Amino acid sequence: MLTPVGEGVNRNDCESFYVTEPSIEFRHVEYRIAIRDPRPILSDVSLKIHQGETITLLGRSGSGKTTMLKLINRLRNHTSGDLLVEGLRVKDWNPIQLRRRIGYVIQEVGLFPHLTIQENVSLVPGLEDWLAEDIATRYVEVMQLVGLNAKEYANRFPRELSGGQRQRVGVARALAADPAILLMDEPFGALDPVTRAELQREFLALARKVSKAIVLVTHDVREALLLGTRVVLLDAGRIIAEASPREFLRLDQPVAREFIAASELVLGAAK
Amino acid sequence: MNVWQFVSSHRIDILAATREHLILVLISMGIAVAIGIPIGMTLVSRPYLRSAALAVASVFQTIPSLALFGFLIPLPLIGGIGTRTAIVALVLYALLPILRNTYVGLTGVDPAILEAAEAMGMTEDQILFRVRLPLATSFILAGIRTATVITIGVATIAAAIGAGGLGTFIFRGVAMVSNAVILAGAIPAALLALLADFLLGLLERRLRVA
Repeated sequence: MLTPVGEGVNRNDCESFYVTEPSIEFRHVEYRIAIRDPRPILSDVSLKIHQGETITLLGRSGSGKTTMLKLINRLRNHTSGDLLVEGLRVKDWNPIQLRRRIGYVIQEVGLFPHLTIQENVSLVPGLEDWLAEDIATRYVEVMQLVGLNAKEYANRFPRELSGGQRQRVGVARALAADPAILLMDEPFGALDPVTRAELQREFLALARKVSKAIVLVTHDVREALLLGTRVVLLDAGRIIAEASPREFLRLDQPVAREFIAASELVLGAAK
Repeated sequence: MNVWQFVSSHRIDILAATREHLILVLISMGIAVAIGIPIGMTLVSRPYLRSAALAVASVFQTIPSLALFGFLIPLPLIGGIGTRTAIVALVLYALLPILRNTYVGLTGVDPAILEAAEAMGMTEDQILFRVRLPLATSFILAGIRTATVITIGVATIAAAIGAGGLGTFIFRGVAMVSNAVILAGAIPAALLALLADFLLGLLERRLRVA
């Protein structure tokens, strides 16, 4: 399905840049825990996310960023509005099929402690009934992608790995079935600053290479600006700003200014 | 007559009673495991049944063992005097620790791991069998261990309703006012319990997933 690009469409309009349909589209999405709950967790969220983009969702704790991720792979079901993945309403997707097409990386990684690294990474291709040799090839591929030696780690268990290595395996596992979409919830949050910077650099290279629609949640403004092709700022369940990293620094939005000021404060104090 | 004289003169009887005791325990534990673990697994996706199931199992365990035998004797089919009644009572006793540990082990898995499993597109059954169950193994084993020790103990009382086993010597010794005869049943029963506890503890530690 193509969006017509032609007369009457402003070339500078950011929408017309993409000729294909968005991978993920939020249309006035609302989410409440209980139907009668007066305060929705998310309200009137509209956002289009295309393949090749990395959207960073920035916001304070409780702003609804993690919930936005969970609506995409139906770990939660939105209460009103429309949410489309690859052009199909998430409600019309079989949730199991939907989730297998979406890679998901969380801060605690969630590697299975009773499975080896190879078994962890190969799990989804296995569930999808890939041929054994394809699974084995794919394991080597994704481990290479995250900078780990496939052979060396194959028979090791998650507890034998460092935090940074585990996080890499988490990313490899999320990429294993070659999903079109990658959701990452504070993937580098639990790491020491040096490892985090290292993984952020690797992430940028990886994101360029794999060309997926990536949504990454963070509360760290510098991480959001560094990793995102577009930064979406959430506050109390609403999108209050959406900008490229460059534009974001110049935003006049008070919450955005607060975030920038807070990060400058840290740098300023060190000087 | 001291214990050793009695033991050496009744070696064959004591060995036979020990074997009887072990068979009683093994059959009862086998049935209790076959019932308890599946029920525990069923409860994971039906939390509303949890309190009811655990309450029923607790009731059986709260009833004093001799009283439970007493209740069962008048019942048709499962009751009467003999091994069958004893097995029914022992199963009811062993059920609670197995059921409770299975449930707690299966539901106590790290939420981050469960969320990852769900987000990867595993079905509920896949999560149960491939994530929860392997991670709960040492928990379930701990329940089996507790249940085994209890069963070995309660099985000595089963002799009172004619189920045989090492309790036979204890009851006979009490009736004869003979310490030697009592100890000839009590010592092997105690050793059996300690041995089972030790071996199952060993297995439990080996199967633990850090």
